[in-house]
Amino acid sequence: VLVLLLAAAVFLLIGSLTSDLFAQLTVKGVAQGSVYGSLALALVLIYRATGVINFAQGEMAMATTYVAYQLMLWGLSYWPAFFVTLAIAFFFGGATQQLLIRPVQHRSVVAVVIVTIGLFSLIDGIVIWIWNADPKFMPAPFSGAVYDVGGVTVSLTDLGTIAVALGSVLVLWLFFRFTKLGLAMRAAALRPGAARLVGVRVNWMLALGWGFATVLGAVAGLLTEATVFTLSPTMMQPVLIYAFAAAVLGGLESPVGAVVAGIALGIFLNLLGQYGGYLSDSALSLPIAFFVLLVVLLIRPSGLFGRAAVRKV
Amino acid sequence: MNRPLAVGAAASVVAAVVLALLPFTLSGYNQVLASKVALYFIAILGLNIVTGYAGQISIGHGAFMAIGGYTTAIMSHDHGTNQIATLPLAFLVAFGFGIALGLPASRLSGVYLALATLAFAVSIPQLILKFSHFTGARNGISISESVGYLWLYGVSWACAAIAFVLAWLLLRGRIGRAFRAVRDSEVAAASSGVSLVFYKTFAFGVSAGFAGVAGSLFVLATNGFAQPDEFSVLLSLYILIGAAVAGLGSLWGIAAGAAFVALLPSISQDAPVVGDLLHEHNDVAFGVVVIAVMLLLPTGFAGLLHRGALTLASRRRRSTGGISAAEPR
Repeated sequence: VLVLLLAAAVFLLIGSLTSDLFAQLTVKGVAQGSVYGSLALALVLIYRATGVINFAQGEMAMATTYVAYQLMLWGLSYWPAFFVTLAIAFFFGGATQQLLIRPVQHRSVVAVVIVTIGLFSLIDGIVIWIWNADPKFMPAPFSGAVYDVGGVTVSLTDLGTIAVALGSVLVLWLFFRFTKLGLAMRAAALRPGAARLVGVRVNWMLALGWGFATVLGAVAGLLTEATVFTLSPTMMQPVLIYAFAAAVLGGLESPVGAVVAGIALGIFLNLLGQYGGYLSDSALSLPIAFFVLLVVLLIRPSGLFGRAAVRKV
Repeated sequence: MNRPLAVGAAASVVAAVVLALLPFTLSGYNQVLASKVALYFIAILGLNIVTGYAGQISIGHGAFMAIGGYTTAIMSHDHGTNQIATLPLAFLVAFGFGIALGLPASRLSGVYLALATLAFAVSIPQLILKFSHFTGARNGISISESVGYLWLYGVSWACAAIAFVLAWLLLRGRIGRAFRAVRDSEVAAASSGVSLVFYKTFAFGVSAGFAGVAGSLFVLATNGFAQPDEFSVLLSLYILIGAAVAGLGSLWGIAAGAAFVALLPSISQDAPVVGDLLHEHNDVAFGVVVIAVMLLLPTGFAGLLHRGALTLASRRRRSTGGISAAEPR
């Protein structure tokens, strides 16, 4: 896998050096891909903590973005509103886990999946109820500045998106790697029983996991808004689907995999849109993304970075 | 004939009589609604075979419905085939697609399978848009002549009855046992000589075939129009929700699941006092009810029926002086 990645990177580098357009598309792809990656990482966090896919992840992100919009209507400027939203998202995620997921968690995967689908519908409905379905406009986080780097035009929005998305991923990684709470959370996710024996409050750790995942989702939501410039109840649905693809491609167990696969997917789709010929039709980008997904799954059923589950026969 | 079987048969006969008399008391609109219950019944039945019995989750059944629906629409529109004749055809085409998806899918399980089938559900409407020459793209495609309400009702429920009997026959014998073995322990099934790939793929195919028939009826029920938007991911999710409400791994709750999915949108509209509010916020009502059902009825409606039957049985036994053994579920 590493060899493949290296080859892809070299290919992108050569392409970027020979063609300005190629480089521009690559940067744009990285920006889009880092949004997919952060939502995919949110999915992975929840998958590792609870063993399910949260279908409401995108809608939760969308709802928190609406919260940010409301805060800005009340007069907060962008960045304070951004961080207040993240705090709200944290409690929202934790509360969701405690109230709705915990009661069904010991039952089948299907039960939890269906609860998250119900949540999907519920959040959609509530958001439309409060803010109605018309598209909304928020102040932009980054100025519309455009830089010229050796003939390649790069917008500040793209750079900012990459920085914020990867920055939040990095902060999260540092948290999990170097703090005691992070260690406790990893323990709770990996071996709930053993963690409980050594005094970790597993249920609270799982709620925290949902909280962090929702925060990441909120970041992805806000960044999506910043790239498409409009806020609407359906804005996260395509992003969620690409994030699913990225999470599976990376192997649901692997946080690194999710982010890398997200970025790769973003670049791939952007380049395909330009150079794909017959396949560059935007209507086909979803089926193609999924065809790739299916092929990868068939070759490596647990994703590119996942460990194969060992079964004894 | 053992007793549960007799009870089931009696219930089926009663249901059949009620369903045969029902249309004469219903308005045309309600007949269409009742037909929708029938088609969701078939789709949920199909999903239950693959998810409830063979243990393979699918979030792609809306796509199989799309395939069946477009089979009917295209055959009827371009070739003037009789609508009833298109139903078995829809079954076969969807069965083929089911096998084609099921074969690679038999390598996957759990969440990976869920996402792969979701991918399928998302891709099919896009492909329908892309091959607009056959499918009429966003405008859709209409069947050659529309059908009457009563005709629709009769055909839908007749199909539902046939599907139910077929599913019951399939699941009670050797094949059903193999499905359950695969679901409960792949390792044990494989070591007793049950071919995992064959049974998983076969379950997928049959299940997809049922969904295909449901899709044809779906097209007939929506004024004979097939449109890609009608077959969005939401449809797949509805079927999955219906199956969960019905209770996976049992055939007796399916009618409740189908009624839930087909009727909830319009019932919440007509509910007194809160009706207007619910009508405007259908999504909220749907979400709340789905979550509530999952929290309160862990085994779905079938589980509720089962528990009710157990309570009745133990009470009767106690009154006749028998031993009331707590039957393990």
